Amino acid sequence: MEVFLILLPIFGGLLTFLIPKFNKSIGIITLILTLSLVISVASQLLAGGSYYHLLGGWGAPLGINLYVDGLSLVMLGLTALIATGAGIYAGKYFTHKQSLWFWPLWLFLIAGLNALFLSQDIFNFYVTLELIGLASAALTALSDTKEALRGAMRYLLVTLLGSLAYLLGVALLYHGFGSVDIVILSKRIESVPVAWAAMGLMSAGLLLKSALFPLHFWLPPAHASAPAPVSAILSALIIKASIYIQLRLWISLFLPLESFYFEIFFALLGSFAVVWGSVLALVQTRLKLLIAYSTVAQVGYLFIAFSLALGGISVAWSALVYLMLSHALAKSALFLVAGNLLHFHGHDRIVDLDRIAQRLPLSTTAFALAGVSIIGLPLSGGFIGKWFLLEASLKNNSWGITLVILLGGLLAAGYIFKVLGFTFTKAAVAQETKQIPLSMELVPLFFAIMAILLGFFATPMLALIHTGNPFGIIGATP
Amino acid sequence: MNTLIVYPLVGIGLFCIGLYALIMQPHLLRKLLAVNIMGSGVFLVLVSLGMSNTNAQQDPVPHAMIITGIVVAISATALALVFMIKIALKTGKAELSNPEEK
Repeated sequence: MEVFLILLPIFGGLLTFLIPKFNKSIGIITLILTLSLVISVASQLLAGGSYYHLLGGWGAPLGINLYVDGLSLVMLGLTALIATGAGIYAGKYFTHKQSLWFWPLWLFLIAGLNALFLSQDIFNFYVTLELIGLASAALTALSDTKEALRGAMRYLLVTLLGSLAYLLGVALLYHGFGSVDIVILSKRIESVPVAWAAMGLMSAGLLLKSALFPLHFWLPPAHASAPAPVSAILSALIIKASIYIQLRLWISLFLPLESFYFEIFFALLGSFAVVWGSVLALVQTRLKLLIAYSTVAQVGYLFIAFSLALGGISVAWSALVYLMLSHALAKSALFLVAGNLLHFHGHDRIVDLDRIAQRLPLSTTAFALAGVSIIGLPLSGGFIGKWFLLEASLKNNSWGITLVILLGGLLAAGYIFKVLGFTFTKAAVAQETKQIPLSMELVPLFFAIMAILLGFFATPMLALIHTGNPFGIIGATP
Repeated sequence: MNTLIVYPLVGIGLFCIGLYALIMQPHLLRKLLAVNIMGSGVFLVLVSLGMSNTNAQQDPVPHAMIITGIVVAISATALALVFMIKIALKTGKAELSNPEEK
């Protein structure tokens, strides 16, 4: 079953390439089938707990193991949901010529992401990282403008650099401990220099890919110049993929190396990212750049949660996963709305937005709801995540972190309301506008509502996330 | 000194040279070559560390990894070359200059 999560999108991608006439319907059918596969995997997981799938019946030292637990399941579900929604959106968004390239790349990207979330060995992580890196760099360049090509090129070089550093780490770990399987490695790993070097290289590569301050320089140009559905998946999932690997590696491999200095390191970088990203988002004049800088800030929260979790505060793991989920949904809604406004006006300058609230009420609602979750106002997914994060920081007596979280929330409110304010006003210059198809308005609204609903279903979601005890906590439920 | 230690050291050296050039060189083709040199360095480390078990039996796993890595490197280079050519056609020079200047 799990194998088809990887094979089906690849097969569908090939079909969309071979039969370009029906690429949209083949693509959407493939995505919906993927979504239903995830649901069947979920039922299997809920029935029997976490489980392995041995590819071709070969066990770990020789073959490749796929592994499903609560954490990988929610990431798979998120991928399928956002890919399907953004895929429906993209069906209307792209011109015919662009859609010829979009669908094969999109489905390959989904296959890569699914493979990544199912992997359980460090070399497979490298391969899947490269798969999604290549597919997403090509997707970024789809709009074929000067900025998009430059953004894509910079993104490709950065992701190659990150992968090579990671691969060097894999080489060292394999040399030192004789395996690439995470379970086998976790039994053998010791605090020796080769493990330290590997940890440094792999973490550096992954931090570069997840755009943690000060390695975020490549993110805003790439995310802002990509087509809207691609920006959505870049911010929602591609960034999260490298953070997911980081989580898996630290939980099962590098915990013996853990020391207080790493907590300080991640907490400091995360706090800087929150403040720096939010302030830069606040001063942007273009909507897509504002949303891209907001992603830099949100990555900061994830690493603050990570540092607290490393310090042994188990509620921080829940905070981390909840922030990932709600940010992914809210941010893809924001990027899709930005795509609507760009399509509507032909530009995305914030001051020149012309009575959007009256003319595109659905998009404005989606933006406001997603904004609520990004700020972390009560009863949204973002609120639950931040609540856990605050709880963790108070438990750890880290008042500095508490302050940063609250400040980040205020700044986020600043940049969300800055945009919302301009949606009500009339622009100084008259502008030509284009009609927006209804489905392009409904998809972001759906994502935004999902981000809010996450806040209502916190208890069952957390039970699902902690199925199979992915974080190695004693007495799993929070 | 054991000759086997030379290879991984050379590999690390190549990695560092490539990293330096990737950051310092403005021209995209040079950046791309730098990435490829870094890749070769990593592959050299992989294969030479696999060799240093002095048994007669060679470990085949690093070889499989390198082949995968080479495939990835080729596809990435091809994609980057297309980007470079398109950038050069659109802007007149194959560089990632600041977006402020025209």
